[in-house]
Amino acid sequence: MSPDLSILILDENRIRAAIIETGLREAGHTRVSIVSDMNGIVRRIAETAPDVIVIDLENPNRDQLEHVLQMSRVVERPIAMFVDRSDTEMMASAIEAGVSAYVVDGLRQDRVKPILDMAIARFNAYSRLKSELEDTRRALEDRKVIDRAKAILIRTRGLTEDEAHHLLRRTAMQQSARMGDVARALVASAELLLGEKSTGDEP
Amino acid sequence: MISALKPLRLGFIPLMDAAIPIVAARKGFAAAHGIDLRLVRETSWANIRDRLAIGHLDAAHLLAPMPVAAALGLAPLDTPLIAPMALGAGGNAITFSADLTNALREAGIVRFPAEPSALGRALRAVIEARVAARKERLIFGVVHPYSAHNYELRYWLAASGIDPDCDIEIAILPPPFMPDALASRKIDGFCVGEPWNSVACRHSGGAIVLTKSAIWRASPEKVLALREDWPDERPGDLAALLQAMLDAAFWCEDAANRTELVQMLSASDMLDQPPEVLLPSLDGTLDGPGRFLTYATGMANFPWKSDAEWFLGQMRRWGQIGPGQGDPAGVRAAFRPDLLREALLARGVSAPLADDRPAAAEGGAGLIVPGTLGDVRLPRFGFFDAGC
Repeated sequence: MSPDLSILILDENRIRAAIIETGLREAGHTRVSIVSDMNGIVRRIAETAPDVIVIDLENPNRDQLEHVLQMSRVVERPIAMFVDRSDTEMMASAIEAGVSAYVVDGLRQDRVKPILDMAIARFNAYSRLKSELEDTRRALEDRKVIDRAKAILIRTRGLTEDEAHHLLRRTAMQQSARMGDVARALVASAELLLGEKSTGDEP
Repeated sequence: MISALKPLRLGFIPLMDAAIPIVAARKGFAAAHGIDLRLVRETSWANIRDRLAIGHLDAAHLLAPMPVAAALGLAPLDTPLIAPMALGAGGNAITFSADLTNALREAGIVRFPAEPSALGRALRAVIEARVAARKERLIFGVVHPYSAHNYELRYWLAASGIDPDCDIEIAILPPPFMPDALASRKIDGFCVGEPWNSVACRHSGGAIVLTKSAIWRASPEKVLALREDWPDERPGDLAALLQAMLDAAFWCEDAANRTELVQMLSASDMLDQPPEVLLPSLDGTLDGPGRFLTYATGMANFPWKSDAEWFLGQMRRWGQIGPGQGDPAGVRAAFRPDLLREALLARGVSAPLADDRPAAAEGGAGLIVPGTLGDVRLPRFGFFDAGC
């Protein structure tokens, strides 16, 4: 595989585009460009003469891109495809990851596959990053609300902190719910019943 | 009860003609037929097409020419699609910018939406004046190369003596982007489904200059698209889905439900537009009541095989496929009036025995054709220039 293919990344999400670009550069591709705005896309395609265009599946401009590629006189006869029409598994994993690629006709599959593999891996890495961030944020929020719930239990039922914690955990297990959700429900009920505006601080 | 429902995912683009699947899901018609219809709002036709082909979606609200394109191998994935039902007839319009609308007024058009021939002549005069003044070509937007929008805009322009490939430029934009593109003068006009024409008029000062129903009466637009293996692999699901969709179609057509329909469609997770821009396509503002967009009456759900062939002809006419390319039998097989006929029969509704649209009835109010349970009355068909 010669790494001198021209690759264009079309992604409105600049962070994700940068992640893909880094990956491709690390794999030895030097001709990688990023476009995050469809304005002037025809000119950019003319300038970069891409062999492969990687685009975010959720990008609403996919229809426009397909048209540009169809109309484009820059490349001989570009066709939109997912690497190889017969490679259903590859297409499925690409779509699963949220990436699609347009490949200029005549480019051999063995040259394109590593690029799409890379894009898929990077798309997945980005999704993981995002969900990890969300998990962390949720864990933080959970901890706060659990503390508030415990404070309410300590105050209203005279439990120790340990007992309050165990009670919350047991209830969560019985309801097969998350502890954070049980705590959230308890805090909400306390606000309703007791007019609590607990901030988690002891009174 | 919930667990007994069969989950089906259906992709749609926010448009007035997505009403049938939306109503089927939201009004409980799908559930009544044992289906948990899950709506997935998509951002591009390319996405819906690919997700349907790969199996992420079970069904889709799709541009009618797309199953034709799939049959011709013009889609990225070689998954044949079928259209067992049309999701209504009509529903598109052509909107021009304030500048272009004013130029047409000066060229003698006093009322919009206008009559196609007169508007075409006026537009041609405007274009000739622009050429003489060395102004840039006008740019018109459509939603996809394989869309009824593209073909009807081209049909009207060509019939008016305007070459859509030389005299103007055609750009592709997603439907919700059209109003902004028009307001920011990136395009001079567009052909798109409602409500995006009404939205654009409200924000940009443009005008709806022509309706799809004036170019080609009761013409095909979106279809319910499924993978080709449905009838053999999941006949029970197919029957249930078609009944739910037909329930929804008749419900949408009933004027008594209009207010509720508009409320439902305007929800933030559906079309996300205020009710007042959704109304013009339903209340007769755009082209006499029951003409601009029909959800069920006049066999609006019947996927005529001749329509598939018409799209093939347009693809050839505009160079999307080579002159000798494209097998008419292959594209006709993608449209499945037989499946709809059967579904209507189960409801005691007569459907045409013919697979093709009858020739246009000249000047008459409509046509009577033989059907499965007796004669069927069809609305007036035909093109504004009596062509075909």
